[in-house]
Formats: sequence, C-alpha cells, structure tokens
Amino acid sequence: MDTNWILSHQENRVLTLTLNRPEIRNALSTDFLELLAEHLEQADNATDIGVIVITGNSRFFAAGADLKELQKQTVASATTDRRPQIWRRISLISKPIITAVNGYALGAGFELLLASDIIVAGESARFGLPEITLGLMPGAGGTQRLIRSVGKSLAMQMVLTGEAITAKKAQQVGLISEIYVDDLVLESAQKLALRIANHAPLAVRSAKAALNNAQETHLSVGLQLERQYFVTLAGTEDRLEGINAFFEKRDPQFTGQ
Amino acid sequence: MPNNPMILTKIEQGVLTITLNRPDRLNSFNDEMHRQLSDAIKIAERDDTVRCLVITGAGKGFCAGQDLNDRNVSVGEKAPDLGFSVETFYNPLIRRLTHLPKPIICAVNGVAAGAGAAIALAGDIVIAAKSASFIQSFCRLGLVPDSGGSWFLPQLAGHARAMGMALLGDKISAEQALQWGMIWQVTENEDLVETVDSLAKHLATQPTYGLGLIKKAIYSAATNTLDEQLDLERDLQRLGGRSQDYREGVDAFLNKRTPQFKGK
Repeated sequence: MDTNWILSHQENRVLTLTLNRPEIRNALSTDFLELLAEHLEQADNATDIGVIVITGNSRFFAAGADLKELQKQTVASATTDRRPQIWRRISLISKPIITAVNGYALGAGFELLLASDIIVAGESARFGLPEITLGLMPGAGGTQRLIRSVGKSLAMQMVLTGEAITAKKAQQVGLISEIYVDDLVLESAQKLALRIANHAPLAVRSAKAALNNAQETHLSVGLQLERQYFVTLAGTEDRLEGINAFFEKRDPQFTGQ
Repeated sequence: MPNNPMILTKIEQGVLTITLNRPDRLNSFNDEMHRQLSDAIKIAERDDTVRCLVITGAGKGFCAGQDLNDRNVSVGEKAPDLGFSVETFYNPLIRRLTHLPKPIICAVNGVAAGAGAAIALAGDIVIAAKSASFIQSFCRLGLVPDSGGSWFLPQLAGHARAMGMALLGDKISAEQALQWGMIWQVTENEDLVETVDSLAKHLATQPTYGLGLIKKAIYSAATNTLDEQLDLERDLQRLGGRSQDYREGVDAFLNKRTPQFKGK
C-alpha cells in the first residue's frame, strides 16, 4: 500500500481527502478502499476536524472497483470478502462526508458517492453503475441507495443498462445537490464543508444520524428517534451558546460540549 | 493522413486554420471527412499554442452539408437511420466546437447548406464573403435542420425568420444574413482571406482563457434563467480573476503599456 494513494489536507476544520491513483483511474481496489476507511476513521476521531471532503481528479472521481481483483473472485472468496466490512465502516462515520466529483464516478466509485452525505459535482461529472455490462451487479449499496435517492424507474434503467447519466440529469433527480463549473467544484465543496464544520459538532452529528435514520426506519420510529436526538441536544453547552449568540448578534463559539 | 486529405490544417502565429477540402463536392461530408475533421479539431483542443481556430472551405463553397451521394437511398429500400450519423458525427462536432474554450472564426467563402450552414453558424465570429449564402435545405428532402440548425436559427435570427428559412429552404444571401444579425461581417470576395487572417491573428494574442469563459457564459445564457446566469457569471469571473492574463491586463493598463497575454 502506498501512502500517496490518498492525499490528505486540512484547513480549518475541514479535511480534504484526494483519491490519487490516476494511473488506474482511482479504481477502488480493496487495499485502496481500506486505506480510505482508515483515513475516514482517523478523521472521525480527530476533534479538530468537523467535516470530510472526498474528491478525485479532473477526469475521474473513481472509475469502479479493481477488475483484476474481481476477475480472480470465486464464490468462496466473494463470500469471505472483507470489502462489505470496509463499506460498513465507511457508513459508520459520524461526521458529514461531502464528495466533490469531476469526471467519471462509476461502479464502486459511484457507490462511494451514494454512501456519502452530500454530493456536489462539476458539469463534466458522469454517474453510472456499469457492473451489469461485466456480467455482475452493484455490490456495495448501488441497488439500494440509488433507488431511495432517484426512484425506481431511473434506478432500474441505470443498473440494468449500465449507462451513465450526466451531472445535469443527476441534479434534476435529486442525486446531487449542486453543480458548479468544473474548476470550482472542490473549493465550493470545501466552502460548504466549512459552513457545516463551524456549526456545533454535537448538533451536526445528531442531525446527520437523524437524517440517516430516515432510510432505516418507519416514519413514526424516525420521528421518535429525531425527538430523542433533539432532547439530548437540549443538555449541551453549545445549544445555549448558539441561541445566546443569535440574540446577541455575534458569531457563536462552539466547544463541542 | 491519406494522400488526398479532405481536411487541410495549418498552424501559424497561434491560429489553426482548418480547410474543408472536397471542392469538387462543395466540401460536403462523408464519414471519412468527418473522421479527418475530428482529428483536426483535436489539435485545437490539445495544443496550447493554438489560440484561435479558423474554419473555411476550399474552392467555391463553404460546405454543402451531408454528401447525398454517400447515402444511397432509393425508394423501396429499408429506411436508413439518419439519427446514427447525426449522433456519431454531427452532434459531437457541434458540441466540440461550442465547448472549445478558444475563439472560432468561420470564414464562409461560398454556399453553406444544410449541416454546412449550421457549422458555419456555430462559429463564434462568422465572416462571409459577399457571394456566400446560407441555405436550410433540409425541408426539401423531408428532413429537419440538424447539427444545431434548429437551435442556432431562432437564437440568431428570431422565431419568424427561423421558421421562414427552415420551412422554405430559400437561399439567404450574406448581406441578408448580416442584416438579420446571423453573422458578424460581410466582406468583398477578394478581401475575405485577409480580413479573417488579421482578425484571427488579433484573437490569438488575446486573453484566451478569458475568451473561453466568455464563450461559456454566452452559450449558457440561452438555457439559463437570469438568476442562474448571474451565479454563473460570478463563478466565471472568479476564475477569470485568477488568470495570469487578468493580472497582466490590469498591470498594463495601470502602466499605460500594451499587455502581453499568454492565454492562461
């Protein structure tokens, strides 16, 4: 494993992770994915980081998994594959993850976006799940998270044809939240990240968890959980600081307590 | 390149000139010519020293669109899929020209018909010789203006004139096209080459990166709302303000000297 595979850069409370294996179009091999999970877990534990931004390069966010690995796979090795565990670790990150996409996000690369919290993209971005063209199917949330995000017809079309959609289309269907000109995607994502990172850490964490619960539970249970998170925040110092700062017309100074 | 290239290219002082070169067929397209043109445009896309693109035609015509001899359709045969050629050749061509972040001059030396008219109008600055003409010939064959023709016409000439041109297929003279605001300039026939040449050389010394941003802004305006366009202008200005040429331009202005733009 090469430590240069992921470039890490922190500014204020925003950590930017850049997928940096252009020679293989940032294909997410198991080792690469593992390294990413480690970076994310470290960031999740670091008190001076509020939000994580993941990006690729101008032509590729990440173009799928490592086909050579898949080529060697047998039923036995697929059954004991450690990838599902790594994906699970990524889904357990409690801090917001923003993905900033230029160029292609395909297969596992696209599934990484779906596992993130906010996707912003450049006009050049293309999103697709081409697994079907290889006699495979998405195996890391592609069939589940996509349909919840864009609805049945388009999700079926994308999974069954394997054809990619444009950034514009992705925004129309609510898959991504913003489109920027390519050259401004990363810094726009970082600005967005900074706005979030400046909010009270516990509130951000609880809000993310509450939103994610919407995918996991019925409405009535989700509403109950939301209320619990809400009540818990009532006991935090930051809540008092946030409201006081609002009345006193000043910027709040959050401590994460 | 084959011995008898259908596309000629020449780079001089930052200007890439692409000449459509099937003069005996009024420079109409067949598939091979499309492939050669695609290679030529690749030069404009990849070579940083190219800072202006000129497209013109060899001989009497600019471009007569699709070469119908290449089509071989006769009554009773299975219908061809014209959408395939549009999707494979014409649409990518127009997309690449309109997305090219460098100025394009179309020097319309003669008749521009069908897709040829659309290609001529896809230039950022269109200069026509007095004898040139524009013909939306599709309606005479039961077809639709393609290669962006049905988009450029109402954009450039307005709804009423677009309809007239597209439904009647009449020949529009260079003078008429100028009056209708479809093109930038008309020259005497013998002056076309020189006019285009000096304008192209001027553009090739200008802040190319900024010109590319302008192209993007103008093309986006056709589909954006004012609100969206204001946001886009903000973003493009942000990028323009970071260019070397912007600093050079401001510095030259303040020091009352001629700016030396690098295009970056």
